Amino acid sequence: MGVRSGSVETQRAIRPGYDPAGIDDTVNAPVLVGVGRTAAWWWIGFGISLALLGLYLASVVVLVTQGVGIFGNNQPVAWAMPIINFVWWIGIGHAGTLISAALLLFRQPWRTSINRFAEAMTIFAVVCAGLYPILHLGRPWVFYWLLPYPNTYGLFPNFRSPLDWDLFAIGTYASVSVLFWFIGLIPDLATLRDQSRTRAQRILYGILCLGWTGSAKAWQRYQRAYLLLAALSFPLVLSVHSTIAMDFAVSVVPGWNNTVMPPYFVAGAVFAGFAMVLMLAIPLRKAFHLEGMITMRHLDNAAKLMLATGMIVVYGYFVELFDAYYSGLEFERFMALNRVFGADHWWAFWLLIACNLVAIQPLWLRSVRQNPWALFGISVIVSIGMWLERFVIVAITLTKDFLPSAWGGYVPTFWDWSLYAGSFGLFGTLFFLFIRLLPSIATSEMKELAHHDAHHGSDPFEEIRQDVHAKEARS
Amino acid sequence: MSDDANPTPTLQSIRERLDGTKGRTFWKGLDEVADTDAFRSFMAEEFPRQAAPLESSLHRRDFLKLLGASLALAGLSACARPEAPHDKIVPYVETPEQMVPGRPLFFATAISDGGYAEGLLAESHQGRPTKVEGNPDHPASQGATSAVSQATVLTLYDPERSQAISEGGAARGWDQLAAALSDLGDGERVAVLTETVTSPTLARQIAELKDAYPGLRWHQYDPTHADGAVLGAREAFGRDLTVVPHFDRADVVLSLDADFVQTGPGRLAHAKAFAARRRVRSADDAMNRLWMAESAPANTGTLADHRLALDPAGVAGLAAAVAERLGVAAPSAPRPAALEDAWLDALIDDLQEHRGSSLVVAGHDQPAAVHALTHAINDALGNLGETVTLHEPVEARPESHLDSLRDLVAAMNGGEIGTLVITGGNPVYTAPADLDFAAAMDRVDTTVHLGLYRDETGMRADWHVPETHHLESWSDVRAFDGTATIAQPLIRPFYGGRSPHELLALLAGDPDASAHDLVRATWRERIDGDFEAFWRRAVHRGAVPDSAAPSVDGLSVSDVSGLNLPQGGNDLVLLLRPDPSLGDGRWANNGWLQELPKPFSKLTWDNAALLSARTAERLNVRNEDRLELTASGRTLTAPVWIQPGMADGVVLLHLGFGRDAAGRVGAGVGVNAYRLRASDAPIVAPLAAAKASGRTRLASTQLHQALAGTGERRHIVRHGTVADLQAEPDHPTFVHPVAHHDYDLYENFAYDGSAWGMVVDMTVCTGCNACVTACQSENNVPIVGKDQVLVGREMHWIRVDAYYGGSVDDPDFYQMPMACQHCEKAPCEPVCPVGATLHDHEGLNVMVYNRCVGTRYCSNNCPYKVRTFNYLQYAELSSNATEQSLAANPDVTVRSRGVMEKCTYCTQRISRARIQAGNEDRKIRDGEVVTACQAACPTDAIVFGDLNDEESRVAQDKRSVLNYAVLEELNTVPRTTYLAHVRNPHPALAERGTGAA
Repeated sequence: MGVRSGSVETQRAIRPGYDPAGIDDTVNAPVLVGVGRTAAWWWIGFGISLALLGLYLASVVVLVTQGVGIFGNNQPVAWAMPIINFVWWIGIGHAGTLISAALLLFRQPWRTSINRFAEAMTIFAVVCAGLYPILHLGRPWVFYWLLPYPNTYGLFPNFRSPLDWDLFAIGTYASVSVLFWFIGLIPDLATLRDQSRTRAQRILYGILCLGWTGSAKAWQRYQRAYLLLAALSFPLVLSVHSTIAMDFAVSVVPGWNNTVMPPYFVAGAVFAGFAMVLMLAIPLRKAFHLEGMITMRHLDNAAKLMLATGMIVVYGYFVELFDAYYSGLEFERFMALNRVFGADHWWAFWLLIACNLVAIQPLWLRSVRQNPWALFGISVIVSIGMWLERFVIVAITLTKDFLPSAWGGYVPTFWDWSLYAGSFGLFGTLFFLFIRLLPSIATSEMKELAHHDAHHGSDPFEEIRQDVHAKEARS
Repeated sequence: MSDDANPTPTLQSIRERLDGTKGRTFWKGLDEVADTDAFRSFMAEEFPRQAAPLESSLHRRDFLKLLGASLALAGLSACARPEAPHDKIVPYVETPEQMVPGRPLFFATAISDGGYAEGLLAESHQGRPTKVEGNPDHPASQGATSAVSQATVLTLYDPERSQAISEGGAARGWDQLAAALSDLGDGERVAVLTETVTSPTLARQIAELKDAYPGLRWHQYDPTHADGAVLGAREAFGRDLTVVPHFDRADVVLSLDADFVQTGPGRLAHAKAFAARRRVRSADDAMNRLWMAESAPANTGTLADHRLALDPAGVAGLAAAVAERLGVAAPSAPRPAALEDAWLDALIDDLQEHRGSSLVVAGHDQPAAVHALTHAINDALGNLGETVTLHEPVEARPESHLDSLRDLVAAMNGGEIGTLVITGGNPVYTAPADLDFAAAMDRVDTTVHLGLYRDETGMRADWHVPETHHLESWSDVRAFDGTATIAQPLIRPFYGGRSPHELLALLAGDPDASAHDLVRATWRERIDGDFEAFWRRAVHRGAVPDSAAPSVDGLSVSDVSGLNLPQGGNDLVLLLRPDPSLGDGRWANNGWLQELPKPFSKLTWDNAALLSARTAERLNVRNEDRLELTASGRTLTAPVWIQPGMADGVVLLHLGFGRDAAGRVGAGVGVNAYRLRASDAPIVAPLAAAKASGRTRLASTQLHQALAGTGERRHIVRHGTVADLQAEPDHPTFVHPVAHHDYDLYENFAYDGSAWGMVVDMTVCTGCNACVTACQSENNVPIVGKDQVLVGREMHWIRVDAYYGGSVDDPDFYQMPMACQHCEKAPCEPVCPVGATLHDHEGLNVMVYNRCVGTRYCSNNCPYKVRTFNYLQYAELSSNATEQSLAANPDVTVRSRGVMEKCTYCTQRISRARIQAGNEDRKIRDGEVVTACQAACPTDAIVFGDLNDEESRVAQDKRSVLNYAVLEELNTVPRTTYLAHVRNPHPALAERGTGAA
C-alpha cells in the first residue's frame, strides 16, 4: 500500500512513494464501488447534468419542429450563437489532443496524469461541438448531403466549400481522438477487469479490454500503436481549428477574410482548452483525492501554456487590427472600428480584452499558478473571454459588412441560450459517466512513471527546477 | 410444421380442396393448398411480408370497392364552398382557343385608383389570375404598374373578404335586399354615396336613377380626392376642367409639393414621361431640371435637382414669391425663411428662360388657391397649351368631396335621409372625425354598404353586400386624360360579390341586370357602326380608342389675387396623407402592402409620426418614443420616426392604419390618423405635441442610411452632376473613384449563348416599390410579419435601398434597387457545401431549393446581402393551403422552411422565351425576356437583356460611361450594374445646391 490520499502538494509529476497498487487503489476504487456507495457529489453533479441534458433535448425538439427561426439569427447575421458555441466547444476540445499526442511525442512525462480526462473532455467537447453545425442547418435532417456518398441523384458535395472541409476535419478529429483514447484505455480496462468486484463489471470491462493479457508482445504492440496514433493525431491539433478558421478566412466578409485566422484560432483553442482542463482537473483532484497524481506541477505547466497561448491570441487581436488599418480598405477599417467602438457591441470587445488579456497576467506569478482557486477563477474568466471572442468574430462581424443598407443587429433568444446551457448538460452527463465508469487517470502510464521515478529519479531537469524554486522562494 | 393441434393435412383433403376451385390454381406447396393454421403461422414467422396478404381481409374486390368509394368521397372535398358555381362543371371537352396548359393568358383590364384607371394586363393560369402587368396600350400605365396594383392580386384571394349579403350580421339574399329597397318613393329620402366616379356606366346609371327618382341625392366621398385641384381649376378658369401636365415637353419643372410620380391620377404616365427626359447615358445627353419644394420627402423629391423642405404654408409662400417675380397678380403669403435669394433668382431665371417649355405643378393635396396660382404662373410662362393642356372634366361630377360629404352628413343628421346606399368606400373609418359619420348613419332608417370587406362601415350598416374585386367584375373607368377602359373580369366572383353597377341597377328596380350588360348598354349608346367589332377591340386592347377627354383651348387664367393662401404662423403643423402602400386604408388587410417598406423610412407594419431631426430635438423625442398629438381638438398617441428631409415643424402621419375591422392582417396595425382629421383642416392642421410615456418598436427594414463617413467611402452610390460628366466625358471620376485590379487566377468562363444582365439607372429610380411587389407576386415571395421584420428576416428578393447624402437637415436622396447581382464570380457559390447555388450556362446564379440544406454560408459570403432565408415556415404550403395560396405563380416553386432563396432574374420567364425561340428556331429577341421588376418599373430604370447581343438595350447601357458595378473592387463581376446617379443643378447653384458631388 502506498500513500493513499491527502492534500500534500508536490511540485513533481507524481508524488514520490506511489507504488503500482497505490495508484490502482487511488484511481480505480471510486470506479469499482457499488452504485449505492457512489459519492453524493457525483449524484448531484450527474443530476444537474441530466436536467440540463433534458433542456438540450427539449430545445432540439422545438428546433426541429419549428425551424431555425427560434434562434436569433437573421439576415445579415446568418451565423450566430450555434456557430459561436460550435467554435467554442471545438476549441475546448483542443487541449486533449495537445496533451495526449503532442506532449507524448515531446516526451513530457508530466502529461501522464492529465491526459486521460483531457482526452475524454476532448471527445465530449467534440460531440457537443459537432452537433451544432447540424442543428443550425435549415434542414438538419438532410445533413448527410454534405457527405460524399453514392446516390441516385448523381450528386456530390462541393469540396470547394470550407464547410465540407470542416466536416472532414471534425470527423477525422473525432474518430482519431476516440481511437487514441480507447487504445490508451485498454491496459487500464484490463486492470479494472482484474480488480472487478461484480459480474457486471467483469463482463463490461472484460469486453472493453479486448482480451488484454499484459504479455510483453502485447505491450510492445500497444506502445507502437499508441505512438503511431499520437503521431497521426498531432497534426490534427493544428489542422482542426485551422480548418474551422478557414470557414471564416476563406470568405470575403471584412473581419473574416484574414490569413491570421488559422494560427490565431489554433492558439485560441489551446488557450481555451487548457482553461477547461484546469476547470475540470481542479475539482477532480479534490474530489478523487488525486493531488498526488495531478500535482502542482501539472497545474503550473497548464497555467504557463495558458499564458503563452493567451498572449499569442492577444497578438492575434492586434494583428487583426493592424491588418485592417494597413489594408487601407474602408470595409476592413470600419469593421475593426465597429468591433472596438461600435455603439451596439463595443462592450463585447473590451470585455474580451479584459478576460483574455488582463485576467491572465497574474499567471506570470508562480504563486498564482500554484493556487488552485486562482487558477480555477482565471480559467472560468478565460472560457468566458473565448466565448466573447467568437461572439465578436462571428456575430458582430456579420452585423455590418459591405452595404450599409443591409446592416442589422443581433439579439440571442431564449432558445439560443437554452441550447447552449443544454450542451453543458450533454457534456456533463458524458463526463460524469466517464469518471464514474472509467479510470480518469491512465494508471498504466502512472505506474510506469512511478517506476521510472523510483529508479531514476524524476526528469533530468528536476534538480535545476528545484533550485530555481528555492531561489524564488527566498527572494 | 405441424404439432398435435394442427395435424398434417391429408392428401385427401388437399385433393378435395383443389378440386373445389375453379380455373387454374397455382400453389407453392401442399401446406399452402391445405391452408392450415400451421402454415399460416409458419408464413407469419418466416416470411412476414409475404404473409401479410394472407392475413389481410382486404381482397382485390374489396380493394377496388374502397378505391372507388375514396374517389367518390374525394369529390366531397370540393363541396367545401357551398356556393358551387351556377350550372355545371365540365372538363374541357374542347379546349378553348389559345388555352395551352402551362402557358398563361393575358387579358386587358383596369384598376380604379382613386377613381382613375390604371390599365392592366392580368395574367391568368388556366382561369386563375395570378399577376398583373401594366397595359402598354393604356395611356395611364404604358406598361408599368404601381406597387398597389400588383398587390391587389393578393386581395382577390383574401379569405377574409366578405362572403355574403347580410342584414345586421344575418345572411340574406339579393332578392331580400331588392325587396328592402323596392320602395324608394320619389327618391326624396334616398341618398347614394359613391367614391370618385369617372366610369361612364356608373355616371349613366346615376343619371338614370335621378331621372327615375328626381329627389335622389348623389354624394361622392373619397378621402384622397384632390378637392384643391378641382376647386383651383374652377377658380382659375371659371369652369370645371381636367388639367393635364405634359412632363415630356418640359425642360424645367417646378413642383410645389407635387409628388407627381407617386400620387394622383396619371402618376405612372407622368413618371415615365418625366424620366424619359432624364435618361443620361453620355455627356451629350440633355437632361431636364426639377425644382422641388416639399413638406415631406416624397418619391418625386428623390429626383429633384434642387430641393427645398418647406412646411405647407411655406410651399404657398414660395408659389406667391414665384408668381410675384413673374409678374402675376398674386395673393400675398409670407415668404418662407428657408427660401434664399440665390435659389429664387436661379429658379426664376430658369423658368423665364424656358417659357413654354417649363412646367409648374401643384401637389395633389394642395389647397385650391395654390392650384389656381399655379395655373396663373403657367399662364404667365406661356405653358398653357404647351406643357399644360386643359380638358373637359374626366370626373362625372367634379366637386369637393369634403363638401359633398359634409352636406350628406348634415342631411342625415337632419333626418332627411331614409335610405343611404354606400357603393364602396369606408366612410365610417375615413370620414373626418368631427363629422361623426357613424352617428349620422344611426339616424338613417336603412343603410346599405357595398364593400370588399365587412369593414367599419359594413359593421355599422343595416345591410352589407360583398363587392366584387376589380378582377371579378365588368366595369369601365377613365384614365387621367379621360381615356376609357372597359375592364373585364378574369374570374367569376369568389364570394358572390356584386359590383356597384349591379347595386345601382337594383336600386333602379332591375336586380337581375349584370354588370356586363350594363357596361355594354352604356357603350352601345355611344358607338355608331359595328358595335360587336368595337366591343371586341376595346375590351381586347384595354383602352377605348379616341376616348380621351377633348381639350379645351383658348382659356386664360382669371385674376387669382383675391384668393386666400395659407398664411402659416404655426410652429408645428400636422400633415395627413394617405399611406404610400395602404392608401386611405382600403388595403390594410393586404400583407404584401403591410410589409412593403415605405419609401425612405423603410417602415413596415406601422405608421409613425414622421418629423425632422430638428423637430425631434425640439420635442425632445427619439425614434420609437411616443408623441401625444393634439390637432383640431382631438388627441392621438403615435410613435416617432425621425425622417431626414422633413420640413421643420411638420409632423407627417399617414392615414390608413389603426383599422378596427380590417381583418386579421390589418386590424390594430398602427394608429388611426383619421381621428385627427377635421373637416375644416383635413390635410394640414395646427398641432400641439408632447412626449408621451412608453415606446413602440417600429419595424424598419433599413436602419443605416446615411452616406456620410463610411457610407461615402464605400462608393456604393456614385453620383455626380451633368457638369461633372461634361468635364470628363470619357471617364468621369465620380463613376470610378477607386482603381481596382481585375486579375484572376482562373480563366473566365466563356458564355457562348445568351449572357443575361441588368442595368439599373439610379438617376430615374424614384423608389416607388413597384418592382418589390411585382417580384413578390411573380416569385411567390412570402411575407413574414412584424415580429420577424423586427428581427431582420424580411424576404423580399429585391429591395430599394434608400441613402441620404448631405446633411441630416437638408439631405439629398438616392434610391438603389438591390437584388441578387448575379456575379459571374459569385462568392456564394464556392462556399455552399452541397452545391445548391451554382452558375448556369447563361451566367445566372441559380438556387437549387431542393438541394439546399440551409447552412446560410452563401448569405454570409454575399457582399450585397441579397439572399433571404426561410427561418420559419413562411410560405403557405399546399397541405394547409388557404385561398391565398391560389395567388401563387405556378411557374415558380413555393419554398419551404430552412431553404435559402433569392432573385433568379425571373428564370421562369427566360425559360419560357427560350422554349418559344427554340420552337421557332431563332434566337431570343431583345425585349422578349422582361423581368417582373423591369416590367413594373414606371421610369424604365431597370433594363434587362442579353449582353452577348451587341444591339440589346442592356448591352448599350452597359457601354455607357456611367456604368459601374457595386463593390467592383471585390471582383465579383456582377451581371447587374448601375448607371451612376446624375443631377442637373442650375449652374448658378451648382456649388451648393443638391447634387453638387
